[in-house]
Amino acid sequence: MAKNWWKILSVLLLLYVIIGGFMVPVPVIGNNQQAARSIFFHLPMWMAMYTLLTISVVNSVWYLATNDLRRDVRASSAASVGVLFGVMGFLTGMLWATYTWGGTIVNDPKQMTTAIALAIYMAYLVLRMSFTDIDKRARVSAIYNVFAFALLIPLTYIIPRTVDSLHPGSASSPGFSDKDTAGTIKMVLWPAFLGFTLLGIWIYTLRNRYKRLALKNIIHG
Amino acid sequence: MPVKSPISQIYALVRKDLLLEWRQRHALFGILLYVFSTVFVINLMVREPEERMWNAMFWVVQLFVCVNAVAKSFLQESRGRLLYFYSLVHPRYFIAAKLIYNVLLMMLFSSVTLVCCILFLGNPLLKPWYFLGVVLLGGVSLSLLFTMLAAIAAQASQNAALMAIMGFPLIMPILILLNNISQSAFSPVVQPGLGGMFIMLAGMDVLIIALALILFPFLWKE
Repeated sequence: MAKNWWKILSVLLLLYVIIGGFMVPVPVIGNNQQAARSIFFHLPMWMAMYTLLTISVVNSVWYLATNDLRRDVRASSAASVGVLFGVMGFLTGMLWATYTWGGTIVNDPKQMTTAIALAIYMAYLVLRMSFTDIDKRARVSAIYNVFAFALLIPLTYIIPRTVDSLHPGSASSPGFSDKDTAGTIKMVLWPAFLGFTLLGIWIYTLRNRYKRLALKNIIHG
Repeated sequence: MPVKSPISQIYALVRKDLLLEWRQRHALFGILLYVFSTVFVINLMVREPEERMWNAMFWVVQLFVCVNAVAKSFLQESRGRLLYFYSLVHPRYFIAAKLIYNVLLMMLFSSVTLVCCILFLGNPLLKPWYFLGVVLLGGVSLSLLFTMLAAIAAQASQNAALMAIMGFPLIMPILILLNNISQSAFSPVVQPGLGGMFIMLAGMDVLIIALALILFPFLWKE
């Protein structure tokens, strides 16, 4: 129980986010009506994705330094759960785009660069499947993972901020700062970040344990 | 025998690759024929495309030429020979030599592609020298990334398919950047934010070189 308090916290936070996300009053701006609520489920996905992909790349570098296969298992589990959250973030974004931007895939820089970043990570998962030698797989995919992460940050975080975009926080639009976000949104959004990130880490630990069991004849201890 | 300086080691490796390339000319001329036939097929299909199309076609041809030209740089080395190099030089010098060699090779192919495109697809360029500069820069960027990917793919079993799977998502940002930069060569108007895009491209190149130099020694460790 003492070790699992954060799982309970995650469930409680997510319950609060789901109930609160549909109940709190949000500012109705023009034709957007209640569409602003999608932010409670769209933004946290990216937070969870960044957290998991960071865990993944740290473990990959760690693997290269120590050659410990358990690090590789951690890196691959974190990357696959991270991609899952990335895809969910992309899908919730597409839902929003369909009803407010007038198209599922519009010519928005952030949407395009994110699609590229996700494709890079999917290539990482495919790359892993193409090896039969476990040690070689671990080494090569760790190197590719560093490449992927080195491109993820400029692609999704730096470039979209320098060009005009429909997303908030680009060159020509305000970001989510304290001043221009409604209080009710903040009340749900911050707990949502934490709740979904914890959920992601929870899924990652489960997957990590499962994969380690699958390899238990090779990895000792 | 005294240990030679890194520069002369890298020089010797690049020289060896260039000599090999010239002795086995089939690969070199195979790529040249590949460029010619690809551009000619585009000519048969769309005659003389308009500017945007011309630009896009050019970079797609460049991409495929690069994949084909660079992919073999590691595949042509047999396992035994790689082991031999491993005992001779530091892996960092080895990858540096490969990067330099592929950059030289790709600069040649880029120029040939440009000439072919102008011959067969018409010449919509208003600033040909600017475009030539961008093409050479683009050749450098493409070959840097694909050299590292070829090194990774050489470790896996299904090489050729893997290059495409790993390479195309990674190359997309660079290609889009190059496409936007070269767009300036078609219009007399100065494009806003051009300097920033050049800096971004240079940043990507530096990033790839740094990662290649740091990570390649791990890749070689067996």
